[in-house]
Amino acid sequence: MLRERIQASNYSFLDKLRSIDYLLILLILAIGLISVFAIYSTEGGKFSFYTKNHIIRLSLFFSLFLVLSFVRVSTWYKNAYLFYIVGLVLLITVLFFGISASGATRWINLYFLNLQPSELMKIAVIICFARYYHRIQASDIQSIKFLIQPIILLIIPCYLVIQQPDLGTSILIAGSGIAIIWLAGLNIKYFIYSGLLLLVSLPFAISILKPYQKSRILTFFNPDRDPLGAGYQIIQSKIAIGSGGFFGKGYLKGTQSYLEFLPEKHTDFIFTLFSEEFGFLGSIILLFLYILLIYRIINVGLVSRSFFAKLYCFGFATAIFLYVFVNIAMVLGMLPIVGAPLPIMSYGGSSLLSIMLGLSIVMSCKIYNQEQISVY
Amino acid sequence: MLNRGRNIEKGRVITRRMFILAAAKILLFAGISSRLYNLQISDREKYEILSDKNRIREWKTPPQRGIIVDNFNKVLASNDRVFQLHLILDEINDFDVTIFKIKNIIGLDKSQVQKLYKKKERLKPWDTLVVSDNLTWEQFSKINLYLHELEGAKPVLSTSRFYPYANDLVHIVGYVGDVSPKDLEKPEIKENFVPGLKVGKYGIENSQEKMLIGNYGIKRYEVNASGKRISQIDYIKERQGNKVNLTIDIEIQKYAQELLKGKAGSICAMDIFTGEVVAMASSPTYDPNKFTHGINQKDWQEIRNNPLKPLINKSIAGLYSPGSTFKPLVALAALEYGILNPNKTIRCKGHKHPYELYGVKYHCWKKEGHGYMKLRNAIKQSCDIYFYEMARLLGVDKLSIIAKRYGLGTNVLGDLYNDEKNGLVPDTKWKRRALEQSWYLGETVINGIGQGYIQTTPLQLCLMTAQIANGGYKIKPHIIKDEAINYKDVINKIKLDQSNFPLHERNYLDDINIENYQRMYHKKSNINFVLDAMFGSTNEQYGTSYKSRYDDPKYQFAGKTGTSQVRRITDLDRELDLDTEQIEYKKRDHALYVAFAPYKDPRYAISVIIEHGGSGSKAAAPLASKLIKRIIDRHKLREQFNNGNTSLA
Repeated sequence: MLRERIQASNYSFLDKLRSIDYLLILLILAIGLISVFAIYSTEGGKFSFYTKNHIIRLSLFFSLFLVLSFVRVSTWYKNAYLFYIVGLVLLITVLFFGISASGATRWINLYFLNLQPSELMKIAVIICFARYYHRIQASDIQSIKFLIQPIILLIIPCYLVIQQPDLGTSILIAGSGIAIIWLAGLNIKYFIYSGLLLLVSLPFAISILKPYQKSRILTFFNPDRDPLGAGYQIIQSKIAIGSGGFFGKGYLKGTQSYLEFLPEKHTDFIFTLFSEEFGFLGSIILLFLYILLIYRIINVGLVSRSFFAKLYCFGFATAIFLYVFVNIAMVLGMLPIVGAPLPIMSYGGSSLLSIMLGLSIVMSCKIYNQEQISVY
Repeated sequence: MLNRGRNIEKGRVITRRMFILAAAKILLFAGISSRLYNLQISDREKYEILSDKNRIREWKTPPQRGIIVDNFNKVLASNDRVFQLHLILDEINDFDVTIFKIKNIIGLDKSQVQKLYKKKERLKPWDTLVVSDNLTWEQFSKINLYLHELEGAKPVLSTSRFYPYANDLVHIVGYVGDVSPKDLEKPEIKENFVPGLKVGKYGIENSQEKMLIGNYGIKRYEVNASGKRISQIDYIKERQGNKVNLTIDIEIQKYAQELLKGKAGSICAMDIFTGEVVAMASSPTYDPNKFTHGINQKDWQEIRNNPLKPLINKSIAGLYSPGSTFKPLVALAALEYGILNPNKTIRCKGHKHPYELYGVKYHCWKKEGHGYMKLRNAIKQSCDIYFYEMARLLGVDKLSIIAKRYGLGTNVLGDLYNDEKNGLVPDTKWKRRALEQSWYLGETVINGIGQGYIQTTPLQLCLMTAQIANGGYKIKPHIIKDEAINYKDVINKIKLDQSNFPLHERNYLDDINIENYQRMYHKKSNINFVLDAMFGSTNEQYGTSYKSRYDDPKYQFAGKTGTSQVRRITDLDRELDLDTEQIEYKKRDHALYVAFAPYKDPRYAISVIIEHGGSGSKAAAPLASKLIKRIIDRHKLREQFNNGNTSLA
């Protein structure tokens, strides 16, 4: 019985359907539904451009997720480096042919969608690293030789993304990569040393930041420094969330967003709007949904046989956590405004696509969880 | 096997590291939750206030001014309906186009359009621009017709100040106008300031601002981040200002004003017991309604350039030598101090033999002289010689004590009018302090006939007469009804008090402070002597105002004429002895008259001054006579009304 199962090719369709994590699908749908309502609210309760687009993308990418879930996990494994290379090529394309908006060059025009390759790179790095560490022996992990390669693989996309400039995404890419290196079992002292090194080099790092990035970081430490300029977003966001109270102002009644005090309310600040209208209660429920989502992803990793699946799922769960944490901490004024969308909730095709792609790999890990991946 | 063992070890490491990461995630999510708790539960109120500040903007609406009524509740200053055109600036896309359209519809000229542009510059983008605060009905209906083409235009039915008695009351009630930076220094205006507010500029409107101004209303609107109004969420209605009730009788005021028509001068009338000012006319006058929406240049120049000076409230801001109207008070002072026996005889020998002091000659007004005079006759016929001598004996310092006591030399109405003059009652101390000169006896002598340094306002002369007529009791003149005092009791008390005896505890000959409604005289008989002499002056042959008398005791009054010189009379003038009409207007004497009525049981005092009117007996006394009749005719009505029978209104 078990032996039969080990051969993935022998999986029947019914078996596959049975191994699907329905709770995970339910969570994705729940957050997706909330996001539709939230974006509907950003348009002042009108069924308009953003809401329509968001629903179309959500259904499209969700279908894509369902289809890709049945791709064998070994296929993902085989194509992991390709994935990374495609991502890198796209990032380089952005450098030369990208389209700009508000001072940043981040997108490639694909006619039906403005693709943001840095979003795809978030997933590419995880899958690439998962494959890399899948084949490395436990004894080799600590060696410098095997450490240098992933670091280079990480620095290239991070550098390209910073050039766009997009500090937020770059940090998230780096975070996901480092998470996998950590999971693979790299000695803790490396993390401590590099952490200290980062701290020492921080003044130097800040000096090479773009002026607007510097301003954002300074503003983070003191939002009242420039209440109508750089500090405006943080102040208005805090006012919106704070004035929501326990139960919120009610759906479609968030005055801060309705009266256009909130900046970028349908993308990075979607949580602010949600929190203003649904209050502490709603925010905690949404947070809980994300925690459940992360838990389910980790769970898939735990029941998976292969290191690749484990590393990928744990890494992706950490990435999702990072996106959620950075976004919410940012709108709560706990972190500088760096431009990080809230997974699924935020309006934006590329971000949604990469999350759905990432989730479909998780689901494929679940469906084919007994699949052994040979090292070659 | 070894490989497999290693793999198991690797799997363990991954799982262990995953749990460490998971623990860190839980910790960080807990951090977010506590932050949410802080913002949304602990600091909720703070952020709610900030949010409201963000979204709510207030527009203040001007209050209606309180009305001003006369003694009989007749409205003297009301709020009339006016048609206005407002522009809501944030609803306008192209200001130039809108103004151009409005200009053509209501017919604005170039300077008016320029003024609007200037006005707009001072406003915030969400403010309201008042294009016109007083449109005609035609303009207003035209605007309404074209309203769909005018973005941001708002025809408004508003109210503005209206004075139904216009010219008759401007010197008492005053007028309103736009708020000036100086007006904003007043706390009551600063607190209630609203664009478009009109505030009092003069008179009761000005001094009773606190009562009249009311409280503005607040319209709260929800606005978006760019300040555009989304919806009205609250409206606190404005509160109209309080009513101000005057003691004036508009019928008498109107009549007084009519009597003064074509002349420059003043008529004051007051209740001798209550101190209520019944009329306070000043001529010439002007229309306060013209000031409400900003007076035009032509009208303003006309008022300003009028040689008879309509802007001066002559009743309280006009200073005149009292002339012979001062004589009863001089006589009273001499009697009180026991300077002379009223039976003392002095001979007035005419211009050929004037009164002489240290070589200076002092003439009586009567060329041929009065002959032998006793005090009563000297008052009645207004003999200057008798008063020269009496003043010399009395001395200026004693005279000034009595003159000040009876209301001369100090402001009468307090701070009701910012232009009220104090006048001047001179004494030796004053001269040394103000002019740094010592007093000459000759100055005392002319002071005795109300000339020289002494200066009084018509209202002061009216008060002086009232306080003699009521038997020598101090009263508090007022023009705003005082509900706090029961005047019926006051009148009864004064009438019963009239005792003749000097009081032991107070020396009424000293410069003492006397409370309201208390006696001011030393000996009652002295007051009675003066009143009797004034009766003679009006009602007996040879009295100076004999021609203006009434024989009917109901109207019978007693008074004293006065002719106040505006320049020194030279010997040449005496020789020429010209009639008033023959003298250049500016050089003519002022005509004065003070009186009280009815003689038996007096109730009202009156003072009349006609600038450059010539002699008091010819120019002033006849006017007083006419007005007294009107006042007495209306007395019963006033009494009934004031005693609570308001049905007569």
